[in-house]
Amino acid sequence: MQNILSVKSLTKKFDDFTAVKDISFDVETGSIFAFLGPNGAGKSTTIKMLTTVLKPTSGEISINGFNVLKDQDRARASFGIVFQDHSLDEELTAYENMVYHAVVYKVPKKERAERIQKALEIVGLWDRREDYVKKFSGGMKRRLEIARALVHYPKILFLDEPTVGLDPQTRNSIWTHIKNLNEERKMTIFLTTHYMEEAEAIADQIAIIDHGNIIESGTVEEIRTRTETESLEEAFLKLTGRGIRDENNETANKMRMIRGMGRRNRH
Amino acid sequence: MIEVIYILWLRQLKHYWRSKARLLGSLGQPLLFMITFGFGFGPMYTRASGGANYMDFLAPGIVSMAILFTAIFSGLEVIWDRQFGFLKETLVAPISRTEIMVGKTLGGATIAMIQGLIVLSLTYVLGFRIPSLASLGLGLIFMSLIAIFFTGLGLAIASKMKDMHGFQLIMNFLIMPIFFLSGALFPLENLPPAIYFISRIDPLTYGVDGLRGAIAGMSTFGIYNDLAVIGALSILVCAIGALLFSKLEA
Repeated sequence: MQNILSVKSLTKKFDDFTAVKDISFDVETGSIFAFLGPNGAGKSTTIKMLTTVLKPTSGEISINGFNVLKDQDRARASFGIVFQDHSLDEELTAYENMVYHAVVYKVPKKERAERIQKALEIVGLWDRREDYVKKFSGGMKRRLEIARALVHYPKILFLDEPTVGLDPQTRNSIWTHIKNLNEERKMTIFLTTHYMEEAEAIADQIAIIDHGNIIESGTVEEIRTRTETESLEEAFLKLTGRGIRDENNETANKMRMIRGMGRRNRH
Repeated sequence: MIEVIYILWLRQLKHYWRSKARLLGSLGQPLLFMITFGFGFGPMYTRASGGANYMDFLAPGIVSMAILFTAIFSGLEVIWDRQFGFLKETLVAPISRTEIMVGKTLGGATIAMIQGLIVLSLTYVLGFRIPSLASLGLGLIFMSLIAIFFTGLGLAIASKMKDMHGFQLIMNFLIMPIFFLSGALFPLENLPPAIYFISRIDPLTYGVDGLRGAIAGMSTFGIYNDLAVIGALSILVCAIGALLFSKLEA
């Protein structure tokens, strides 16, 4: 199969605010795909729809050949996700979090211990497996979340701002892990980030979303050429403007909707 | 399927076991009620009823109370899962929403049962005696049904709540009235029509009455009627909960 992820005319409306407007794109199997956009552009809403957390208003998504809306469980088993905000159980140990994941993803019992060990070793947390997650630093939690997402051998790994709030060392090590996963296991990576230089360094394909529309897509080279800029960051700013955006969360969505209406009225 | 339910159940039990403060704290309230009401209203009850022991009446009520509060809290824990982000991890897993609902209901109900059993043994210290093993067995059935119903109710409510802001509202306008008007503390006789009506639509009324019938030999509606009502309600609330969970978005 050529495209591990295929999105057609995807739309999400909240009341009368449209967060994602009729977007379509494909992600090639084995590639690293960066999905970029300013805060509130529709990135997280899109990721939520791709990963079955949010129901689209309309459109089609297929992951690993499975329709995300109709064949939900098989689609779910095909991807791993590291959410933008924390999603670990802090009252459990690192190992217990891994076991929980392995069980709910129906990893065969006899492979569990080995897979968990391998995943924890990849992110360098095997020695800390018996510690409670609440004792972990931000970077360790992130690495644990990445390890956890690997236990069920996903075909595609979604990473929603995986390096936000981390120091350069941790960011570097996380990208190294991700690159290795992509090269050694041929795992497709779908990521969002605000660090343009990170996206520039790692991504094969890039799509830039703003105001719910995909405004540019292609390789870093193609985007730079088309926008006549030197770096992805410049291209990004040229495409999306220099105005500062609101944070993206559910209340902000509604706030934006209200403010957006005000803005429209003034024009 | 069984293993998924088991791991959900196990997680809740680990939380419960590791939080000793909560474990002890939630025993405080029933103990306080049992001692203050038991000794405070005891003499009055004995005089009014012509010699009956208030502790026999009160003990099943207090056991129900312990189960009610623990069960509701366990159900509402899903809101914490949502706020701390862990709910997403469970919701994107390739498991059915019914499995999640069943696992969480059994986990919460088990914890509520443990709390109920601890309180039941405390009533022994205060002089309450269960007549026979058979009545204890029947009592345990009622205790588990109360636990299942209210965990299911807590989960159903939690599936509709985004955060803990509505918590006080639910406590004061739903859980407290359910408790006070269930006949846990006083007999539901000679009440004004409005209160009488509310007490009759209160699900806990049938749980308390059944439990009291089973372990203290006093029942207003008859044990099997109670069993039918609370059993049917438990099934209903779990079905509604499963339906609400199927629409859950993190």
